[in-house]
This record gives sequence, C-alpha cells and structure tokens, in this order.
Amino acid sequence: MSTEAPEAPQAPEAPRRGTLTSGKGRLADPIFKWVVAACGTIVLVILALMVIRTTTEAWPVFAKEGFFGFLIGEEWTAGGSRTEITGTYGAWPFIYGTLITSVIAIAIALPLSIMVAVYLTHLAPRRIAKPLSYTVELLAAVPSVIFGLWGLHWFLPNVMRPFFEWLEGAMGWFFLFEGPVRGVGYLPAGIVLAIMILPIMTAIIREVVAVQPLEQQMAAYALGSTRWEVITKVVLPASFSGIVAAAMLGLGRALGETIAVLMLIGGSQGWGASLFGTGSSMASHIAATFGESSPETRTGLMAIGVALFLVTMIVNILARVIVWRLGQFTGDAAV
Amino acid sequence: MSTTTTTPPAARPAPLSQRPPGSGFRRFKNRSATVVLTAAMVLAMIPLVLIIFEVTRRGIGVVNLDFFTQTEPPPRREGGGYAAGFVGTLYIMALAVLMSIPFGIATAVYIVEYGPNRLTSSIRFFTDVMTGIPSIFVGLFVYGLLVIGWGGMGFGTFVGAVAIAVMMLPIVTRSAEEMLRLVPNELRNASYGLGARKWQTIVHTVLPAAAPGLTTGSMLAIARGIGETAPLLLTAFGSGLIVTAMQGAPQGAVPMQLYRGAGQPFEAGIDRAWGAALCLFVLVVLFTIVARWIGSRASVGSR
Repeated sequence: MSTEAPEAPQAPEAPRRGTLTSGKGRLADPIFKWVVAACGTIVLVILALMVIRTTTEAWPVFAKEGFFGFLIGEEWTAGGSRTEITGTYGAWPFIYGTLITSVIAIAIALPLSIMVAVYLTHLAPRRIAKPLSYTVELLAAVPSVIFGLWGLHWFLPNVMRPFFEWLEGAMGWFFLFEGPVRGVGYLPAGIVLAIMILPIMTAIIREVVAVQPLEQQMAAYALGSTRWEVITKVVLPASFSGIVAAAMLGLGRALGETIAVLMLIGGSQGWGASLFGTGSSMASHIAATFGESSPETRTGLMAIGVALFLVTMIVNILARVIVWRLGQFTGDAAV
Repeated sequence: MSTTTTTPPAARPAPLSQRPPGSGFRRFKNRSATVVLTAAMVLAMIPLVLIIFEVTRRGIGVVNLDFFTQTEPPPRREGGGYAAGFVGTLYIMALAVLMSIPFGIATAVYIVEYGPNRLTSSIRFFTDVMTGIPSIFVGLFVYGLLVIGWGGMGFGTFVGAVAIAVMMLPIVTRSAEEMLRLVPNELRNASYGLGARKWQTIVHTVLPAAAPGLTTGSMLAIARGIGETAPLLLTAFGSGLIVTAMQGAPQGAVPMQLYRGAGQPFEAGIDRAWGAALCLFVLVVLFTIVARWIGSRASVGSR
C-alpha cells in the first residue's frame, strides 16, 4: 500500500494489509492509537473544564450584578458571607488598570520591537545578528517575579522616579501627567510590561520581516531606493498583518501578566486618569486579595478571572487566526 | 535556515553605483534612520544588561550554603535561607514534569502521526490558544476545580503541580509537535519496511530520532514553569517551613517566597529576595541555554 511517501508534513501511512492486521499483538496498534488520542483530548477537556468550573463558581456574582453591570460597576466592596452575595462587585477600576497598563506597554513595545526586528534582519552585521537575537529572546525567559523585584527595588527608584518627577514638572498641566508622583502606579507597571513583552513581539516581527521576498527589495534597490526607503515602502507594508498579530499576542501577554504588575501598580482599589496614579489590574487584584479573602469575595475574584479570560481569549484567537493565515513560520517564537 | 540580511548587492563597477542612492536629503534620512534603529537595538538590550548586573550584584552576597539549607527567619533578621522554597519548587516541578511532559509528547504524537483530521486540528488550535491563557486564571481554575471544587483537596503540593502542569502542557506539545515533524519520513518507511507496526515505529524509531528536540522543548517548558508565581499563590498558597506532604498542607516555592520577601519593608528580607532572584535567574538561564544547545546539536531538527 504505502510505497509513496505523502506530503512532507504528514506522517506516512502504516501498511494495512498482511500479517500486521492479524495474529498476535494485532490489538496493540489500535490500543496505542486510542491512548495517544485520549492524551490529545486532555487539552480540550482541560479547556472545557476551565470554562465550566470558573463560570459556575462566578455565577452568583454575575447573577447579582449582571454581566455588564459587573464590568462597568465602579464600586468593589467585598462581603464576608459564606453562602450569599452581600457585597457590591464592580470590576471597572481593575479593568481600567488592565487596559491602561497594556496600552502603555504596547505603545512603547510596538515601535521598539519593529525597529529591533528591522535592525536584526536588515542592519545588523551577520556575525552579531544571531547572538543579539538570542539575547533578546533570553529576556523572554526571565521570570516575571524577577522583573517585579528589579522594577520595584532598582528601576523605579533609580530611573523611573526621577524621570516621572521631571515629566510631572514639565507636563503636569496635562491630565495624564498630573501629580503627585507616588512611585508605583500605572506608568511604571506599563513600562516594565513593555520590557516583558518586547522579546515575544520582536521574535514574531523578525520572522515575518525575514521571509519577505528578496526580489521586491532588490527591485526597489535597483530603482535607486535607499535602505530606509526599502524598509518603509517595501518590507514593512508587506509585513503589516504579521505586525498586527505580534501586537495582539503581546497585548494578550500584557493583559494577563500578574506578578510584575502587582508589584508595581500600587494595589489601590480606585482609579484615575493620571498615569502616575495607583490602581490595580484585574490579574493583580486577584493575586493581591486572594490570600485574605472570604469565600464570597473569592466568588467575585473568580468573576474578574472569567472576564479576564474572555478578553484574553478574544485577543489571542484573533492573533492566532492572523498568524495561521500567514502560514506556519511562527514556530516556537509564539510559545 | 539563515534568516538574516538583505544588504544591497555590491554591484559590479558601474558608474552610477559609485554614488550612494538618493539626493542629499534622502541620504540624510537613510543615515539617521540607521542611527535610530541601532539606538533602538541598544535600548532594547539595556534592561537585560541592567537586570543581570543588578541581580548578580545584590544577590551574590546572600547566596551561600545556608541559603539552601536553612529556612527563612522573620524578615527583620539577617541570615537563613530559602530551603523551604527550594524543596517546594523541586517537589512541585517534579510532579508537574511527570504530569505535563508525557501527556504533551503523547498529544504531539497523536497530532503528527495520526493527523491531520478534525480532532487533531482542533487540538492544535486550542493548544495554541492555551499558551495565551493568563497564568492567574489557571490558578483560579485549579482552585475552583481541585482546591474547593469536586476534589475539595485544599491547598498543597499536588494542586500547585497541577496548575504548573497546565501552564507547561501547551509549551511541551507545541515544541514536541515541531520536533516530530522534522523526523524524516524515510525513517518511518524504513521501519515499516522491516515489518514494524505503527506503534513500534513510533516508539522505537520516531521518538528516539526526535529525542534531542523533545528534550529541548521539555527543558524550555521547565524553565518557564520554575518561574511561575501567580498560579501557585492560588493553589500551593505558600509556606515558610519545609513541607513533605503531597497534599493537605500549603506548600512553598522560591518565586512565591521571593515575591513575599520583596513586598515587605525590611532590608534583610529584601536582600534574601535578591539572592533568590539570582538563583532563579541562573536556573532559568541554565535550562534555556542547555536546551538550545541540545537542540542545536540534534541530528534531526537543526534549524
């Protein structure tokens, strides 16, 4: 039967006729197949359980506040009951914290990662391009709690705080930069988030930029373009959807990041327009209050988790669909 | 596959190409863009350099033998160490590895060797999606499922390991899948030609051929798992003492202890947190580099 090797990505079929379907051990193959198939479906089971368990846990809060009421409610008063919902649960301050920190992170990391990716593919001398991109990827391996520690105890007092005070002095009339500068707050959390999502975005954009067809670039050079013109008029426009996908995967990371944000955002329950203000993100609020909370509050935290899960899923699935349509070139960079 | 570079080809001596392209302003733009891009690269490298420098500087004085063998005193007092955290991390990671790596590789085997079909493509898609699930949500899920839910198991080592395993599973699966795809079909056909059954082909030919790559993926997943903090806060819960129970008592871990140490106001506790950061960093980087090294040496699947 299977004398011809099929297309590369597909494993060849095992022979079907002959001794292999009869005799001793003929059940081994089907059993093996069902075992690995069962292992494979575990992913689906886990995801289904995730949705079911957390939604049922969070249901009482959604039932009391209403789903949208929960999302836009500004008051979070934790109740101490074991059996019923007595507090008021509105997640808006935390949703705002998540959004604003992620937006800051993307605003900083997106241009930077595009520039780094272009540098690595078009400008870097051959010899250092590879070590450089390894080093950037190493940044992705650093655990987020180390980013938090470093951000809180070194980067904040030594770099960010002086910068913020200068910014507040220069731009304090502008509502985003209104004082007082407390140190921790939305802006430092966003900046450290930007550092954290930079590697994954760079990795994806680098791969997208690197596979752009050489012929077009050569044609542009032949027409007398400078390198800058080739990059901005040929390479980047063609990479647009890949860049969007990278931004969305980075956004997904930023939305769900917990520990580093928790250590830098300040942990208050209010919200305000100033980027220097303190607040909480959805993830950081869960982690910060979980330890001391009553069973009722944990229901509320579960509801925040469900909302966070929904948002990140939408962002991630959109990103994945874009990446999948681009082809299979984003290997482990996306992991 | 080298992915780099498209420097303009140095054309053969022709009068026009003696001059760089463009008018003065365009040339100026090109030149300044080069400077800006290089500056961006340098800027992107700075945080890593700063982190390595600072973690080493503050951590190196704290890490000694006591740091690994003693438990932590109250944050105000100097000395002592993170023994409880190290034991907990080792315990949790061992269980998580046992749970995630066999299932991850089996999933990849199913996707590559028995696919593509409807089920495998949905498994692939949801594995991809799963890499993007916030870690805190995984913690909430395991809390809801095992700590208070159907299991009602309470906080402990095992539930912490389940959470870490859920984080690691998609990473293992994705990388194992790619590695299995790199195994040439000639090997499979040769095995069939010798009369092997499919399962024999997979177990005796495909998996050994992909072994270095599978090791790489697993080690990268472990490197990711070691540093996870958020899911453990909700499942293992943390402990300052050495816990040997598999379930029933809250368990500690280095990243959790580091987080708590960094959040309190006493200098001695913060110093220990830097020490833990150094250990964690070295561990993660070591795993990452060794994994890449094994991967690049692999006979199949050099990329």
